[in-house]
Amino acid sequence: MSKGIFIIVEQRNGKVQNVGLELIGEATRLKADLGDDVYAVLLGYNMKDEVEKLYHYGADKVILVDNKYLKDYATEPYTKAVAEVVKKFDPEIMLFGASSIGRDLAPRVASRVKTGLVADTTGLRMAKTEQELSQEAAHGCKTPERALLMTRPAFGGNLLATLMCPRTKPQMATVRPGVMKKIDKDESRKGELIKLDVEFTADDMNIEILEAVKAEKKMVDITEAKVLVSGGRGVGKDGYEMLKACADQLGGEVSSSRACVDDAACEWAKPEMQVGQTGKTVRPDLYLACGISGAIQHVAGMENSDLVISINKNDTAAIFSVSDLGVVGDVKKILPKLTAALKKYNEAKANA
Amino acid sequence: MKIVVCIKQVPDTVDVKIDPKTGNLIREGLPVIINPDDKVGIEAALSIKEQIGGTVTVISMGPPQADVALREALAMGCDEAILVSGREFGGSDTYATSGILAAAIKKFGHFDLLITGRQAIDGDTAQVGPQLGEKLHIPQVSYVEEIKEVAEDHLIVKRQFEDGYHIIKIKTPCLLTAIGELAKPRYMTVDGVMDAYDKEVKIYGFDDLKDDLELDMIGTKGSPTNVYQSFPKQLKAPGTVLKDMTDDEYVNAIMTKLEEKHVI
Ligand SMILES: Cc1cc2nc3c(=O)[nH]c(=O)nc-3n(C[C@H](O)[C@H](O)[C@H](O)COP(=O)(O)OP(=O)(O)OC[C@H]3O[C@@H](n4cnc5c(N)ncnc54)[C@H](O)[C@@H]3O)c2cc1C
Ligand SMILES: Nc1ncnc2c1ncn2[C@@H]1O[C@H](COP(=O)(O)O)[C@@H](O)[C@H]1O
Repeated sequence: MSKGIFIIVEQRNGKVQNVGLELIGEATRLKADLGDDVYAVLLGYNMKDEVEKLYHYGADKVILVDNKYLKDYATEPYTKAVAEVVKKFDPEIMLFGASSIGRDLAPRVASRVKTGLVADTTGLRMAKTEQELSQEAAHGCKTPERALLMTRPAFGGNLLATLMCPRTKPQMATVRPGVMKKIDKDESRKGELIKLDVEFTADDMNIEILEAVKAEKKMVDITEAKVLVSGGRGVGKDGYEMLKACADQLGGEVSSSRACVDDAACEWAKPEMQVGQTGKTVRPDLYLACGISGAIQHVAGMENSDLVISINKNDTAAIFSVSDLGVVGDVKKILPKLTAALKKYNEAKANA
Repeated sequence: MKIVVCIKQVPDTVDVKIDPKTGNLIREGLPVIINPDDKVGIEAALSIKEQIGGTVTVISMGPPQADVALREALAMGCDEAILVSGREFGGSDTYATSGILAAAIKKFGHFDLLITGRQAIDGDTAQVGPQLGEKLHIPQVSYVEEIKEVAEDHLIVKRQFEDGYHIIKIKTPCLLTAIGELAKPRYMTVDGVMDAYDKEVKIYGFDDLKDDLELDMIGTKGSPTNVYQSFPKQLKAPGTVLKDMTDDEYVNAIMTKLEEKHVI
């Protein structure tokens, strides 16, 4: 019988990426319902030093495939290694990060091992209710109580769909980075290391990587940013430093409203930063609206943000009606204090 | 060079409407377009043809109406179009779709380069390309943002990552998935439009492909994934507005929210 929750842990330049740790955290939550062990699958070259960390974040077992063919990501050697893992261990569930690596690798693996794959999920749960179990059974699932329900956005986020993979194993999904939560690191946690040898031949390297470049930061694209600290007329012409400092602490970018971009005095507000009907449509995890009134044309460009927090001194500002949290006060005083609090938080986290 | 481009006809999602009762997309009356990444793929193929010669064939799987997308591709300058259509194919997920497209491409015959879009804007899965590469046993590079060199037996391409890029040499036959940065699609020409309506769009149905299909893995019944339910994105309910507190209290409230929502 298929068993185990398997996480394909992404590494770049020999360093485990956050999304892998997030997925291990999510796997420990699924384990609470399913009971199966959490396996972290680590592929790379000279990766031994990264193994312990995976236990600390919740893996029961680590499967390590350490081979020079796996140094840089290349589709075929990685597909071969993961397909070996599937063949050898017969996993119940297998999760990948929905990154530019995971979304290249997972579909290739799914085709090779003949199973379904759900793309870019944002929610995972085991089937539990009467209706869920009976739907799984109706679609031919032999073990409905072990079935995974996978929720994802489609149609540009206008629609959410929950999918199942009732008849084939593993139940596979890619999971959007930054959505699942790591569990707290516990250095006393131990696990079992399983080294898996996969035989590679020169033919497996069916592409040639001529150059691997880690790019300096690309030009800022606010539609790609996970966090936007957005300043409007309430922030004014000297507001940029304040917005930028906060955005830096949050790992985000600065955006703006049309009022500022059109205002010649606000030199910092460039057209490529403009959010709204005539600007860009953004969908970050956090939109922090600072001194923005929330005119309908602006709201059209940001209303699909996951979390909206706004600071405005006018308690009837329209922005509050599309905000998850609004605070009525002076942005020039509150924002620097928030930045300081974030800085303290980040430092504490780095030292933890 | 013989190039095949897979294109999908998709609803123009800017205008997407969801039936609030069923949670399904209301397809009636929706304008349809060639999926944007696929149009980029067409452009890349046409410019390769202009550089070193060859032919460009477009393939689409879908209902008979997908003919429109194929004719638009012909009007852009593609040489040949194939519509893969049949009752048996409806409701296919990405595994099933890639299996059917693979069978269609095998029937088409020899090719050097296969291009798909990275992602279709309806399902947003980005899976059909790589799944197709696997089923045809050819190497792939996805997220291609630039084609630097083309020769009959190989290409050199730039592959995008979140934090950088690879320059990759790949031998033909191979599969590339195209992203927006790769090319700016040309418009149809007037002559092109006229020609497009005289050209034949070949139709491959179930009977044409059945010998190459995994028969238990196509259509609604055979797709390994199924939609359990779908629902429109919840509209944002207005949240809390805090007033008359000290700035420090405001900051604490914001920090709590950021932690609760895992932003920090
Ligand atoms: C929101 C959403 C998310 C999804 N996410 C995933 C995912 O992550 N992974 C995955 O593998 N699948 C995914 N799917 C696909 C899903 O598993 C099935 O495709 C779905 O059950 C089919 O329903 P449909 O009404 O969307 O398909 P349909 O509208 O019937 O279309 C499905 C396919 O069949 C073709 N087709 C339709 N009619 C014909 C015809 N007469 N002849 C030839 N071809 C035809 C269409 O071109 C299309 O490619 C998703 C579907 C939805 C709606
Ligand atoms: N029904 C289809 N017909 C032709 N090509 C398709 C079809 N579905 C997907 N594709 C190709 O696969 C790519 C990725 O689609 P998707 O996996 O749906 O995001 C698209 O950009 C197309 O090139």
